[in-house]
Amino acid sequence: MALLSNTAVLLGKELRTEFRSRELLTTTTVFVLIVIVLFSFSFDPTSAESRRFGAGLLWLAFLFAASLMLQPCFLREQTSDTLSALRLSVSDPFAIFLAKLVANTLFLLLTELMLLPVFAVMYNVPVLATLHWLILVFFLGSLGVSIAGTALSAISAQARMRELLLPLLLLPLLTPILVASTEVTAALFGGSPYVQWKGLGFLAVFDVAFLTTLWLLGEYLLEE
Amino acid sequence: MKKSVLSAVVVLLLLGAAAYGSFFIAPTDAKQGLIYRILFLHVPSAWTGLTAFFISFVANLLYVWRRQPRWDWLGVSAAEVGLAFTTVVLITGPIWAHPVWGIWWTWSPRLTSTFVLWLLYVSYLLLRTLIEEPDRRALLSALFGIFAFIDVPLVFGSIRWWRDQHPTPVVMGEPGSGLDPLMYRVLFLSWFAMLGLMTLLLRQRYRLESMRGDIETIQRELEAA
Repeated sequence: MALLSNTAVLLGKELRTEFRSRELLTTTTVFVLIVIVLFSFSFDPTSAESRRFGAGLLWLAFLFAASLMLQPCFLREQTSDTLSALRLSVSDPFAIFLAKLVANTLFLLLTELMLLPVFAVMYNVPVLATLHWLILVFFLGSLGVSIAGTALSAISAQARMRELLLPLLLLPLLTPILVASTEVTAALFGGSPYVQWKGLGFLAVFDVAFLTTLWLLGEYLLEE
Repeated sequence: MKKSVLSAVVVLLLLGAAAYGSFFIAPTDAKQGLIYRILFLHVPSAWTGLTAFFISFVANLLYVWRRQPRWDWLGVSAAEVGLAFTTVVLITGPIWAHPVWGIWWTWSPRLTSTFVLWLLYVSYLLLRTLIEEPDRRALLSALFGIFAFIDVPLVFGSIRWWRDQHPTPVVMGEPGSGLDPLMYRVLFLSWFAMLGLMTLLLRQRYRLESMRGDIETIQRELEAA
């Protein structure tokens, strides 16, 4: 119970910090927008072509955006010397991770939902009919990205060249998320959309596996 | 010193025997002809690479648990040796694929997942070069190694389920897809020889790493004095 109440307080702090400046959300949104526009030059985005490639490039854009968005996650604590204070304030360091990864999932999901209509319009992909399923895929995918990303940003924040290092560590690790989310999203974008349960289940397995590992190893990640 | 020379000679003999077996004892493949003989280098390298990565994973776990530098040394040594063997796999793969499939590279599950595995361990080694302080480097890279190894079955699974557009290859298919019993024997002899080579490399690399660790400790003591 202490874990949950600690997490709730820390989550409040994360959300307050972000919504005061909205720095992360605005930069990430603009970044994804740029990537979506740039991708359109690499092929002819007619409806048929977009159905084939759209899901993949959308998820690639999300993954690149996440690797940037997760950067300040622990770096901010490090530069303002608040990490030790954070650690002292909670009984279980997992609460710090839990709060951060919930916040990151939320920010990612918000960015994705803001850009989905833009993508749908620019690439001629109908999304309204399957919107609730798309939200579920976005949620499961973003959760996985945030779990792995929050853990790795605690590692990269303590190294040199951290800005470059995080994407290098994170992106290969997220291959399963990219493959599964792309496939599920592509099935929903298709001419006769359907829900690929196998993919949703796989994403859930990834989330659970990484969350369990993070729960077991979290305290070591924050050791001084 | 004598022991290491002796073990090197034994491994060399084993490798020689495996090479002899691959070239002269194993029968020529009915469909692929001579080129298939690269199997005896390619497949055992893949198995040996995975074995080395598994050793690295166990060493990483033991480091996080026990905090003894030797587990860190073993972890990095095994990762490097595993990377070397996986590189052999990635190089021999296209050499084999080109005459048989007509293309150098295909995004088939095995190739793709091996490549991602290779990238993960390159990142692991890269991470180590970017952290100065030895204890911190050991702990953080061990933690990343654990995350990376847990990712491996997920990478294999995801790519095999969705990216499998290539027909199942003849030789690299499921076990029992029609290898001659004699081929199997040569294959396992090659694997055995490769494991010997891996152990040899691992020992040498471990010794080097432990010397490096000692030097680092002495340097720090000197600076503190």
